[in-house]
Amino acid sequence: MFINSALSLAIWLPIVGGIAVLATGDDRNAPLARRLSLLIAIASFLATLPLYTGFDIHTAAMQFVEHRVWIPAFNIDYYLGVDGISLLLVLLTSFSTVLVVISAWRVIETRVAQYMAAFLIMEGLMIGVFSALDAILFYVFWEAMLIPMFIIIGVWGGPNRVYATFKFFLYTLLGSVLMLVAFIYLYYQAGQSFDILAFHAVRLGMTEQILIFLAFLMAFAVKVPMWPVHTWLPDAHVEAPTGGSVILAALMLKMGAYGFLRFSLPILPDASHELAWLMIGLSLIAIVYIGLVALVQEDMKKLIAYSSIAHMGFVTLGLFIFNAQGVEGAVVQMISHGFVSGALFLCVGVLYDRLHSRMIADYGGVAERMPVFASFMMLFAMANAGLPGTSGFVGEFLVILGAFQANVWYAVLAGTTLVFGAAYTLWMYKRVIFGAVRHEKVATLEDANGREILFLTLLAAAVLAMGLWPNPFLDIMHVSVENLLKLTAVSKLSP
Amino acid sequence: MNPILTELAPLFPEIFVLAMACAILLIDLSLSQERRHVSFGLALLTLAGAAALTLSDHSGAARSVFHGMFLDDLMSDVLKLGIYALTFTVFVYSRAYLAARGMYRGEYFVLGLFGVLGMMVMASAGHLLVLYLGLELLSLSLYAMVAFQRDSYPATEAAMKYFVLGALASGMLLYGMSMLYGVTGSLDIAAVRQAVTGVSAANNVVLIFGLVFVLVGLAFKLGAVPFHMWIPDVYHGAPTSVTLYIATAPKLAAFAMVLRLLVGGLQDLAVAWQDMLIIMAILSMAVGNVIAIAQTNLKRMLAYSAISHMGFFLLGILSAGANGYGSALFYILVYAVMSLGAFGMVLLLSRAGHEAEQLDDFRGLNQRSPWYAFLMLLLMFSMAGVPPTAGFYAKLAVIQSVVQVDLVWLAAVAVLFSVIGAFYYLRVVKLMYFDAPADTNAIQSGLDMRALLTVNALALVAVTPWLGAFLDLCSRAILTLA
Repeated sequence: MFINSALSLAIWLPIVGGIAVLATGDDRNAPLARRLSLLIAIASFLATLPLYTGFDIHTAAMQFVEHRVWIPAFNIDYYLGVDGISLLLVLLTSFSTVLVVISAWRVIETRVAQYMAAFLIMEGLMIGVFSALDAILFYVFWEAMLIPMFIIIGVWGGPNRVYATFKFFLYTLLGSVLMLVAFIYLYYQAGQSFDILAFHAVRLGMTEQILIFLAFLMAFAVKVPMWPVHTWLPDAHVEAPTGGSVILAALMLKMGAYGFLRFSLPILPDASHELAWLMIGLSLIAIVYIGLVALVQEDMKKLIAYSSIAHMGFVTLGLFIFNAQGVEGAVVQMISHGFVSGALFLCVGVLYDRLHSRMIADYGGVAERMPVFASFMMLFAMANAGLPGTSGFVGEFLVILGAFQANVWYAVLAGTTLVFGAAYTLWMYKRVIFGAVRHEKVATLEDANGREILFLTLLAAAVLAMGLWPNPFLDIMHVSVENLLKLTAVSKLSP
Repeated sequence: MNPILTELAPLFPEIFVLAMACAILLIDLSLSQERRHVSFGLALLTLAGAAALTLSDHSGAARSVFHGMFLDDLMSDVLKLGIYALTFTVFVYSRAYLAARGMYRGEYFVLGLFGVLGMMVMASAGHLLVLYLGLELLSLSLYAMVAFQRDSYPATEAAMKYFVLGALASGMLLYGMSMLYGVTGSLDIAAVRQAVTGVSAANNVVLIFGLVFVLVGLAFKLGAVPFHMWIPDVYHGAPTSVTLYIATAPKLAAFAMVLRLLVGGLQDLAVAWQDMLIIMAILSMAVGNVIAIAQTNLKRMLAYSAISHMGFFLLGILSAGANGYGSALFYILVYAVMSLGAFGMVLLLSRAGHEAEQLDDFRGLNQRSPWYAFLMLLLMFSMAGVPPTAGFYAKLAVIQSVVQVDLVWLAAVAVLFSVIGAFYYLRVVKLMYFDAPADTNAIQSGLDMRALLTVNALALVAVTPWLGAFLDLCSRAILTLA
């Protein structure tokens, strides 16, 4: 019984918990709201662990399946399940939320309950996205997430938050609505069913496939984000509070890539192959051009935001070269980027809380005052640059390996990221952390406190574990990735 | 049972409402202003009683009495129950507002009940003249209600516009009906249906003209572009409590009118009216959503939003199939509930000497009252069609019915306009959550209103597990027609 509803528990525990936190009311009860949120976040994380321990790595079938009739008039079901790919993303979600709650402990002073509740509700919705097997259920979770994110950026964000949050909301909504139309079209093609697995088996002509592919591309490319629809991301990241940036970078961007994995590739194999040149081209532009853009940023958050776009370019590249290394590398990169970019945003948050500036030029010589923090940030900067031994290396290496098999030039262009990534990350690190203390304020900095060391240690452990011993992660996804490639290799065109 | 009583049984709710409205009118004469709540209470009792009669009477099967002039089917029952519930809530929301403005008089409730009677007749009409009778009873009550605040300049102007344009629309409708009579030789809707079966519309100029005039009349009443001009002025000029009434229950009556005429009577001309509705739907969604962005007055903004919602509603009708009509019914029910909540929120924030109808009045609502800000957030996201609110499922239903008839391009156009629409709903959320309050007065309102408004807004999310049952009810309700 417990195993049968493990996914529902993982989804609804944080949502119901978030509503309970909301009920603690105004800021007089802030300490209660904080403790309650932490409790719920940890409980939700523990609730996702049985998914990991009970997972069978030898089958590509969906596991922990729950299937209930919901809206019979349109054959919409409450249908959940995870495979090896989505399981990792579910775990990443519940893990990150705990960190976000800890990181906001002292930093958020106003409307604490609403802030915490928004993140907990988001956690439930994101797990819903990763485990929904009914297209409309997926869409509901996918879109519902915009509401808390809109509020998070708009209420606790920086000076230009209103512009950023409107841009974020409208961009993502615009991308998503055409996906909805595509879902409804597929519903009729699949004999009136919104079952995603039934979509996988639908036969579709080339023109249909290409049109549906483009509709999906709108939705997923905006979320990933791919060049040239990435412009919302730097704005949203810069203006969002630290926790918002972490969730955006670590999780929301993954939803776009997950969409390609779950929908575009298996449902539209022929269009995917036909338009692979477009996807690979856009990915390479993201890797090379956005890498160069990141180099010249003066705002740390913006720099990490651009670096995220470049790293997500790796993910989409890996997906559209159609071999096992590429896809596995893409999934590893997704998880790894979740840890690394989350960690870097938290590091910037640590500095921002002290000096209230994100400008690189306002820092310098931080290492003298904050040696412990500097060493943590060193590790994450290295991981971002793809240093062997960190999680960043595994994903990038696998994708480049896959790209070599597809076309040497892809690999060469993708390989430039190792140079650019190292350049922009380490240059920023050097300017912020090393050198002489140029500003009086920097001289007054205090090193990371226990709370900050706690979340940085957790992330450092994850980054190193994935870098040094990636097999447990690879084992979980291996069979599912093989199955995905099998689906992608079979043409759906009628002979 | 006595044969006359058997014939009359389906009309008991109408007879009851009529009798009670007259009784309240008389009783109210003898009441002093302090005891006005007696009329208010009686009006609410009337609606509750009518609901009980409608529920108890339903035998399951569709019936037609008075030689097919009056129909009692599942659709009329669903619509009537919706009308009672909406009007009940409208009365409760309006009480404090009316009292603060010296409009707390029995006539308001009596006119409201006569309007309800008109809507009930429309929902059950099986004859063109009965339909017209119901429509005029409703319209005349509404004209009077708009002008209820006699010394208000905008309200009188709105009433005048409403009356002139409403009369024009009624004229169009009647003219169309007379042409249908000329072609078919009957005013009975079922007989019209039989007469037009097999008639090729393209070759029958009079029939096409009749159809066009009927459609124009319907479009006027629905407020679909290009016959929407009265909507913003009337919504804006009328006292908010009256706007609330106009924007909710009459939409259900308009649905009944569209279904009885286009589907019940002229289903066989669907090919002819489908194209006209496509144009009106696209224009409504475009004009409504784009012009709403420029509004600074919330009532006016909601008026343009109503126009765009009518465009979406028409998507369901123009799909011309059982699935589409059921979706349209679901859409209009959800829309009426959202509209009820949104105007209810304007009433909640208004107080003596202050109309909270500017967008700026919602500034910083989250700091004044997080709970009502949250409810308004739900209402706005529901209107924008963002899940998990009912507004999303309503849009899903109509878009799905459009895709079913292979109008995928129309579905794409519709969703793109809904993105444009999302902007102005988001702006309200932005004002409530991101800005500091301009008005720091405490919100004053009765417990009844607070409770009902909470139920009203939360229903949009709480309905989620029961959506299946609701959609099923909607698709069964239109089966006797489609």
